[in-house]
Amino acid sequence: MTASAVPPYAPPADADGASASGRGRRRTRYSLLTQRDKLTIGAMVGIPAFIHIFLIWLPALGSVVLSFTSWNGIGGLDKIKWIGLKNYENLASVYQPFWPAVQHNLLWLAVFLFIATPLGMLMAVLLDQNIRGTRIYQSVLYMPVVLSLAVVGFIWELMYSPGQGFINNLLATVTNDPRWVTPGTAIDWTGTKGLNLFAVLVAASWRHVGYIMVLYLAGLKSVDNTLREAAAIDGANGRQTFFRVIFPVLAPINVVVLVVTIIESLRAFDIVYVTNKGLNGLELLSVLIVTNLLGEASLVGFGSAIAVVLLLISIGPIIFYLYRTMRTQPT
Amino acid sequence: MAEHDSLQSVTRRQVLKGGAALAALGGVSAFLAACGGGSSPSPSASTGGGGGASPSTGGGGGASPSTAAGGGSITFGSNYSDDVPKKAMQAVVDGFKAKSGIDVTVNTVEHGKFQDTINAYLQATPDDAFTWFAGYRMRFFAAQGLASDISDVWGKVGSNYSDAFKTASTGDDGKQYFIPFYNYPWVVIYRKSFWQEKGYTIPKTIDEFKTLAEKMKSDKLIPLAFGDKDGWPAMGTFDILNMRMNGYDFHVSLMAGKDKWTDPKTKAVFQKWAELLPYFDPQPLGKTWQEAAQDMINKKAGMYFLGTFAGEQATDKAVHDDLDFFPFPTFGTQYDAEAAIDAPIDGFMVSAKAKTVDGAKAFMEYLSTGEAQGIFLASSPNNVAAGKDADTSKYSPFQQKMAEIIGGAQKIAQFLDRDTRPDFAGANGMQGFLQDFLGNPSQDLDAFLGKIQSFYDSLPPAS
Repeated sequence: MTASAVPPYAPPADADGASASGRGRRRTRYSLLTQRDKLTIGAMVGIPAFIHIFLIWLPALGSVVLSFTSWNGIGGLDKIKWIGLKNYENLASVYQPFWPAVQHNLLWLAVFLFIATPLGMLMAVLLDQNIRGTRIYQSVLYMPVVLSLAVVGFIWELMYSPGQGFINNLLATVTNDPRWVTPGTAIDWTGTKGLNLFAVLVAASWRHVGYIMVLYLAGLKSVDNTLREAAAIDGANGRQTFFRVIFPVLAPINVVVLVVTIIESLRAFDIVYVTNKGLNGLELLSVLIVTNLLGEASLVGFGSAIAVVLLLISIGPIIFYLYRTMRTQPT
Repeated sequence: MAEHDSLQSVTRRQVLKGGAALAALGGVSAFLAACGGGSSPSPSASTGGGGGASPSTGGGGGASPSTAAGGGSITFGSNYSDDVPKKAMQAVVDGFKAKSGIDVTVNTVEHGKFQDTINAYLQATPDDAFTWFAGYRMRFFAAQGLASDISDVWGKVGSNYSDAFKTASTGDDGKQYFIPFYNYPWVVIYRKSFWQEKGYTIPKTIDEFKTLAEKMKSDKLIPLAFGDKDGWPAMGTFDILNMRMNGYDFHVSLMAGKDKWTDPKTKAVFQKWAELLPYFDPQPLGKTWQEAAQDMINKKAGMYFLGTFAGEQATDKAVHDDLDFFPFPTFGTQYDAEAAIDAPIDGFMVSAKAKTVDGAKAFMEYLSTGEAQGIFLASSPNNVAAGKDADTSKYSPFQQKMAEIIGGAQKIAQFLDRDTRPDFAGANGMQGFLQDFLGNPSQDLDAFLGKIQSFYDSLPPAS
């Protein structure tokens, strides 16, 4: 059947049909696909490609285009005015919340990267030791993860409230000093600029630690135990075993953890929005995008410019992740 | 990353395409609206123009047989989402149905969300009539062509309103787009019994006010409760200081962008505010207005400058009856006589895309009557009716006093965020600036006001 299509000089195919040889053969293989195969492949490639292009790339390009315009979101596309780089100029100069928002996003990233994520990994390593009650600890740490960040924000609101909150009342009870809950002298955890960002970060980390713990614990469970045994036979202590053997073996998981951490930091939004709509020291890029787009007389072009900035920041980790994934992919 | 990006893209698309926005935002309400409109192909329109509408102004029991025969239905988008006002609004709607025979489908949307999505809502398939606010916020939608001209309704009901209400309902083109329902003044609220016990008296001038505040401080009270976590309550304080010191006309032209924020007059307002700040709650930025109202109600604070809706926090009737208030003290300027106050008006508009315009206009006529307003206010004792023919005999002393203060004011402003462009007033602009000031009142005011003005100037021209 196919034999006639094979040029006479082609090396003979081996038993299961795989061959390193060239063009003519590939064309032959292609023709082997039935109509149904083609449809299946078309659907498998086409649908994700369609979704990807129309729901991700076109809107992303759309915001890049809109970021050079001025538009209040009302009326047709003919109402859109081109204003060049003006949005970006305003962003950098007159728009007060922008630079604080960039700083807060970076601070958020730093806290997640250097405190919350290592803490989650530490928890995972500890819980991997088969200590007694490990299931209970896992559940306790994982509990916050199933809550939405908006709910987390609400829970911590009850902790932080100056007059009625748990923290100040606990302090007042322990120190027997009513000034902790008296308006004026009580610490206003979420209302004081400079303090509220850290208060919110504690709440967000509370959730993030559990998330990372679960991810990492799954990774640790997959490590072949013979590696640990071999390390032990070679006389490595616990710390050496982890840093010299387990950690390098878990490289793929480490990348995932890193990427998840970066994503979580860049898309931080809900918890800040429920706390005070991202005002007064809680400005984040994501919040600024929303406040510019929502409501009456929205500044669509300006909001898009902020979105483009966030997109550019996000592209760094994306490239890093893709590079790692492609490279570690078996050929 | 995909998850992040797709989230972003949804936001963008909502704004790009009102239609797409619908699914996520207006969602249910708009869907219902579409159904409501579709199921009854506007019979009232065919029953002959205003014919269906006029009888309801007559107020007589014999509501237009023509409409009643025609029946018909309209849809109404409401932001009265809290339980009590929602029920009260339903009672008003029922009253309208009994009168006119026109069915009203009420689509209630949580009020914060209503405001956030109003733009997309009005462009997609809005309800025939919707709840909204007077002032710039009304004029904006009128100018964008998203509201229907209801000057003909005003021709019939205009005599029921004072000129101030008519001005507040008039668009840039001189036509009317808004039906006022009720309003409420911004005043200094206090507890009568508490003041009697402490021997405090109502201060008429700012000097008396300071003396009183000092006395309260020595009594270990916060003189003025204050909460600005949501960003807007501080605007009321700015407005009243500005109007007391610089007059109503300056307020109007400052809000319209004709006068500049860098004006020495504006600087004087912030200087005065900084001088008075020691009498305010020192930590307003972590407090909501509800918490601040509780401070005043629970006698931790002596008084509270807010809209009379602060009374909502006094859920115990005895406590509510104990609340009293007075207009903000005068400053001994030439503007004392005009006694300007913020008294924002809430009301209704007809959308430009209304399917049943005649029915919606009949609804507007009904809403302009004291009767309709009376039905609503029965369960909303913190507002007063806008119409002249409202039955004030049922007013509580609290409401009577509100009416008295509003009546005594020669000039009535709406509120900073209702009198100026929303993109300037919002979280991006004045909310943030005022919080910045409250967090650091001793900052360089020239630089501070310069930032405000350059932000205003950076906004696209208001169309």
